[in-house]
Amino acid sequence: MSNVLEIVTSRKLTHEQKVASLAHAAEDSLFILDIPEKTKYYFDINAIDDLFEGHAPYRPRYIMPNYEKFVKNGSEFLRIEPPQDLDELLSGLMILYKHVPSITGFPVFLGDMDKLIEPFLEGVSDEEAKKKLRLFLNFLDRTITDSFCHANLGPEPTRAARLILELEKELQNAVPNFTLKYDPDITPDDIAEQGIYTSLFCANPAIANHKIHRETYPTDYGISSCYNVLPIGGGAYTLSRLTLPGLAKVAENPNHFLTELLPDCLEALGNYMNERIVFLVEQSGFYETSFLVKEGLIHSDHFLGMLGITGLAECTNLLMGESGKRYGHDEEADDLAEQIMTIISDFAATFPAKYSKIANGHFMLHAQVGMDYDIGITSGVRIPVGDEPTSIYDHLKHSARFHRLITTGCGDIFPFETTGRNNPSAILDIVKGAFSLGSKYLSFYEQDSDLVRITGYLVKRSEMEKYRNEQVVLQGTTHLGAPNYEHNRLQDRKVRGL
Amino acid sequence: MSRAPINRIIPSSLVDGPGNRTSIFLQGCNLACSYCHNPETQMVCNHCGKCVPGCPSGALTVVNQRVVWDSEVCLQCDQCIKVCPSFSSPRVRNMTAEEVFQEVQKNIPFIRGITTSGGECSLFPNFLKELFAIAKDHGLTCLIDSNGTTDFSRLSDLMELTDGVMLDVKAWNEQVYRNVTKGPTNTVVKKNLQYLSNCNKLEELRIVCLPGEVDAEAVINGIWQSIGEKARNVKLKLIKFRKYGVKGRLHQTASPDDVYMEELLQIANDLGFENAIIV
Repeated sequence: MSNVLEIVTSRKLTHEQKVASLAHAAEDSLFILDIPEKTKYYFDINAIDDLFEGHAPYRPRYIMPNYEKFVKNGSEFLRIEPPQDLDELLSGLMILYKHVPSITGFPVFLGDMDKLIEPFLEGVSDEEAKKKLRLFLNFLDRTITDSFCHANLGPEPTRAARLILELEKELQNAVPNFTLKYDPDITPDDIAEQGIYTSLFCANPAIANHKIHRETYPTDYGISSCYNVLPIGGGAYTLSRLTLPGLAKVAENPNHFLTELLPDCLEALGNYMNERIVFLVEQSGFYETSFLVKEGLIHSDHFLGMLGITGLAECTNLLMGESGKRYGHDEEADDLAEQIMTIISDFAATFPAKYSKIANGHFMLHAQVGMDYDIGITSGVRIPVGDEPTSIYDHLKHSARFHRLITTGCGDIFPFETTGRNNPSAILDIVKGAFSLGSKYLSFYEQDSDLVRITGYLVKRSEMEKYRNEQVVLQGTTHLGAPNYEHNRLQDRKVRGL
Repeated sequence: MSRAPINRIIPSSLVDGPGNRTSIFLQGCNLACSYCHNPETQMVCNHCGKCVPGCPSGALTVVNQRVVWDSEVCLQCDQCIKVCPSFSSPRVRNMTAEEVFQEVQKNIPFIRGITTSGGECSLFPNFLKELFAIAKDHGLTCLIDSNGTTDFSRLSDLMELTDGVMLDVKAWNEQVYRNVTKGPTNTVVKKNLQYLSNCNKLEELRIVCLPGEVDAEAVINGIWQSIGEKARNVKLKLIKFRKYGVKGRLHQTASPDDVYMEELLQIANDLGFENAIIV
């Protein structure tokens, strides 16, 4: 929404949403990034997309504060002493979260929540802890009104994680997203099963392949926003994407696409991302002024640029032309898709990225899950809704193949029949199998649940209904979820049963 | 290698044992239970051909006086099993253990094991032995779902390869048993109950509950008296009768109400069953 008067007089936005939209409109009135004509062309044909990141970046897109450090040291800037008990911890976090910026204006990462809480549960009964945590979780859900917000659990079992999962099932909150970091060698079956069982009531938590993700960075990692794997104590400067079908549409043939268009467009995208990073680091003043930097909760050495891709399925299908061979179904199509991915991956591994020490001076790949305005473009490397393989096993084998080259976030979503609740151990067996093949991230929800996963974030069906009826809704992400749910026919996602 | 008639293979089943398992349904049963919910697995096809004309996709044909089924063309509409007068199905494949395992293998690494069911799979002990041996080599657990009419103590080779048996205890009183199952006696079932319990292979106990038809309360008490403390941790499934799929005199009979099911659960809990559930 760019028209300022339209924002000011809107009947569909809360006050908070209006303020955020006005800030965005103000930022977009600037034109200070140097964008060459060729790059503009790629923007125009919808091959490159800045994902509404704004024309003048003044904060990193995603920030992953080192919350452990905060718990240990407190914050001088916020005048918070290191917490001594559960109340002080939760209050301290609630204050700090308010001051962690991101592209959404809200914190996108709330930390390894169970690990932060666990030490403070000593001597606190389950009942007492749940009362405090319930208030805490509801505070987060009602004040972080954007579901691109994530908290992590696991992989080690904790009492805190068990209590949080029990509460999530009860509260039916959209915020935060939870991810259970799962490693079958570390995480006991019972807590993984509790996680899966909970997700069949409230679409939370999703399950991340910890064994693979822990190798991503030399430092610890966290899962943020709607599934980005980023270094703790840093984050992502930017996420800009290559919209593959937009580029494929102007290709004369597959060879033209692979040898000319794709490398050329990637270079344009790489330069554009560097342009954003340089402005953010050198001009915006963020890293000189933020107390998060001064107090060591983040450091610019731990930031990187994520190069997103989306629509691999439609791109491949377009290039397969009249043969009618399809991504996810035909070997020839999948081989072409892999060729495309290899070119992109090689580009990311060699193109020099500015100020990206943690990523060895390169960009890292991300399976971008889509925007509300994407029509006929399937998230990342997923198989299109309605075209899923009959067998969930075939689907997962395909996912594992295409998750492989994507390092900073790539996942799949499976709605399940209600009967899945009767045997979460069966779904855990499927997760174990998929992870052993290299699948990176899986999430489940129950076919009729109010909370549904759109592309990575959660939205309530009941809220979408209100929004469609022109009512004001609390969560900003409902504005994105409602059109996305329709455009991508998410109600048609293949429901898996056992 | 021995062959067995295979009714179907379900890649992913969460009701046939712990975790995610591939279930293999064998064709042919030595009982004819009044409440059977898959009666098409009871008899082996006699090639009468009555199912052929009604097949909407043309998947069934008669060749050399035998009904032939084309799995590629089949729509799985179940019309054939609905019209079959002989409690059978034309969609049965005679397969070796190796052929069955080729289908199972597609589901690795997503499953933790296989479960053989039926029909009555224990009528094909050699086939099971061969199948389980291959499955074990691939790290899968093997469960048998059985009506308990085969004396497992005489199949020690098979039992060594079997991780557990899910045993149907259909009735306790012999007269009631005969009426429900058309089988002659439940002596072997009771013997199996003891045997499996003694060698720790009793994976699960099942009772289909329908008052007037099944003496469920007597079964629960009988199991407890028979194996006592050993029953405490065994999963006891109290299955509410449902008419779906049932052919014959019970096909329109209503399910028992929840009050009755809860009463049975209470009886089981009071005796000491800690793993009893209503399904």
